[in-house]
Amino acid sequence: MNELPQQLVNGLLLGSMYGLVAIGYTMVYGIVQLINFAHGEIFMTGAFGALTVYLYVLPNGTTMWIALPLMLVGAIFVAVTVAVGAERFAYRPLRTAPRLAPLITAIGLSLALQQAVWAWYPNAKSARTFPQIEGGPFEIGSVTIQTGDVFLFVAAPISMAVLAYFVMKTRTGRGMQATAQDPDTAKLMGINTDRIIVVAFALGAAFAAVGGLAYGLKYGQIDFRMGFILGLKAFTAAVLGGIGNIYGAMIGGVVLGLAETMATAYIADVPGMSQLGGQSWANVWAFVLLILVLLFRPQGLLGERVADRA
Amino acid sequence: MRQRSLIAITAALAAGALTLTACGSRDEDGGGSDSNGGGTTVVIGVDAPLTGDLSALGLGIKNSVDLAAKTANKEKTVEGVTFKVEALDDQAQPSSGQQNATKLVADKDVLGVVGPLNSSVAESMQKVFDDAKLVEVSPANTNPALTQGTKWNGGEKARPYKSYFRTATTDAIQGPFAAQYVYNDAKKKSVYVIDDKKTYGAGLAATFTDEFKKLGGKVVGTQHIDPDTKDFSAVATQVKSSGADVVYYGGEYPQAGPLSKQIKAAGAKIPLVGGDGIYSADFIKLAGASGTGDLATSVGAPVEDLPSAKEFVASYKAAGYKEAYEAYGGYSYDSAWAIIEAVKKVVEDNDGKLPDDARAKVTEAMQGVTFDGVTGKVAFDEYGDATNKQLTVYSVEGGTWKAVKSGTYTG
Repeated sequence: MNELPQQLVNGLLLGSMYGLVAIGYTMVYGIVQLINFAHGEIFMTGAFGALTVYLYVLPNGTTMWIALPLMLVGAIFVAVTVAVGAERFAYRPLRTAPRLAPLITAIGLSLALQQAVWAWYPNAKSARTFPQIEGGPFEIGSVTIQTGDVFLFVAAPISMAVLAYFVMKTRTGRGMQATAQDPDTAKLMGINTDRIIVVAFALGAAFAAVGGLAYGLKYGQIDFRMGFILGLKAFTAAVLGGIGNIYGAMIGGVVLGLAETMATAYIADVPGMSQLGGQSWANVWAFVLLILVLLFRPQGLLGERVADRA
Repeated sequence: MRQRSLIAITAALAAGALTLTACGSRDEDGGGSDSNGGGTTVVIGVDAPLTGDLSALGLGIKNSVDLAAKTANKEKTVEGVTFKVEALDDQAQPSSGQQNATKLVADKDVLGVVGPLNSSVAESMQKVFDDAKLVEVSPANTNPALTQGTKWNGGEKARPYKSYFRTATTDAIQGPFAAQYVYNDAKKKSVYVIDDKKTYGAGLAATFTDEFKKLGGKVVGTQHIDPDTKDFSAVATQVKSSGADVVYYGGEYPQAGPLSKQIKAAGAKIPLVGGDGIYSADFIKLAGASGTGDLATSVGAPVEDLPSAKEFVASYKAAGYKEAYEAYGGYSYDSAWAIIEAVKKVVEDNDGKLPDDARAKVTEAMQGVTFDGVTGKVAFDEYGDATNKQLTVYSVEGGTWKAVKSGTYTG
């Protein structure tokens, strides 16, 4: 049986999830030049927000078709609250500090959020099962699509379209573009940059929350550490696509997801590479790809060459 | 001024973060047991993952050792000695395990340690304990190299550390036992072998593969997974297209559960078979409804069925522990009891007092310890391995593990 179409779909799904989380990294970096290492944990709190709505807000046994939109609202609410809170209390005080300071705060915040969920969320010390969408998988030709993946397939392109509309067409979106280009001049032109930064954090968190919900539906379980590795991958995707470029984040995510899946499935079949194949090597190949892109296209796949304005 | 107050807030946040992190690694209730006052206190150390993915197994170990210590104190098994339990969390990380080993060695009251859960953690601890002549009894390590040296497979068995013992049997027996069951009883002829590249998982997968091939079975594919991820869709797709009729997984339940689920979701309706590392209630939780029919081998006979274990099961329940005793409860109890028996012998040989070189004496006494434990007769051979080499195959049915076949592996 030819498994290539299935593997492509696997890679696309994994990559879409990386992409959703990568948007938050890239937007915050584009505007305040901060790598928000706590963003993976914002993704995680989003997933727990969705679970909270399902378990503790909705009546028992609510069908997923009703629960899903409410879980999405819950996920976005929790993630945005955490992100805006983090911006206000952890990052804004350090805005004029040397760049290393907010970076260290971000790592501290990342640990604090993980431990907070570990300590205070009921039974979160090991993985918690996540509600699943009813119904069997769909077969399209030789490709099987899981019911839980349908959400991701629908949500990723819609999210991108919403984001593109927001950034290109709305006043706040254009304000974001202006602030990203030059915060000082933007301020002089009457743009409230503080507000723009909050919007960037909130927007990034909302997309991470969509990703968090998709993760729960796809894998059927969430845990307090799920944001760490995924956040790291999403950050890689953002750099791969060109950090600061929102389309780049999505493309970078998809490229990374495909690269990992293809490496898992096919590297071992290449003559002489049998020792370097398999899933345990997928990360290695993903980073080899990253290094190659950075060597030959240092600004990333879709990034533009910008003068360092430090 | 504004700047200063903001710095204060940030500092407070950072301090908060650090405090929380520290909380995470601290044991919740100290794992202490009743002190009956008077006489000498002997501490039994426990090293196991008390937090994280494998905490279900780790907490079962901790509670069972605690129960053994309490029982010994209540029954005054060793006259004049009160046992205390000191449990440390290794988070299944070899580096944390080694730190814990150093900590336990530094505490002069510690005369024996039960643990760890993971073979890879044991590797990092063995030398620390051996240098201090502190006896270590693992209820769960199954990698053969720990007792028989790295060349165990070539017939050159050599015991690397005299202070290391275990009550669990080894993968040199567990892997082939599973292969015989899968090939002869379950009649599965082609297998897809997956492991997590860790000491335990890779070792188990290798011994399984050897025996399966010897019996005439076919290995139609192999994969090594990365235990840090949850996305096994690419591997699941490969399993499906390989046409295998069974999957063998060398590794532990945090990965095995999602792996089983994703393999079935990909359309391969074949059972996943694993070792004692997946024999946990959490595997069933993670694998979901599609896990029905999955198989696991585990060391010993099922604790619930052994007459010798009835009392253990009853008193574990009576003690009111929050967590189940899980796969290694009986073995942990027996490990702790072996230490208690060794201490008893040392104290009796020294006119009712602990000698100055108690640690070395206890280690020496351990070699000769024999008693009827929860899991059957407990004794150690010249390598420190349990002489009880019984194994059981379990199958997931109706949401729990059901024993299918118990037996002893014979060549």
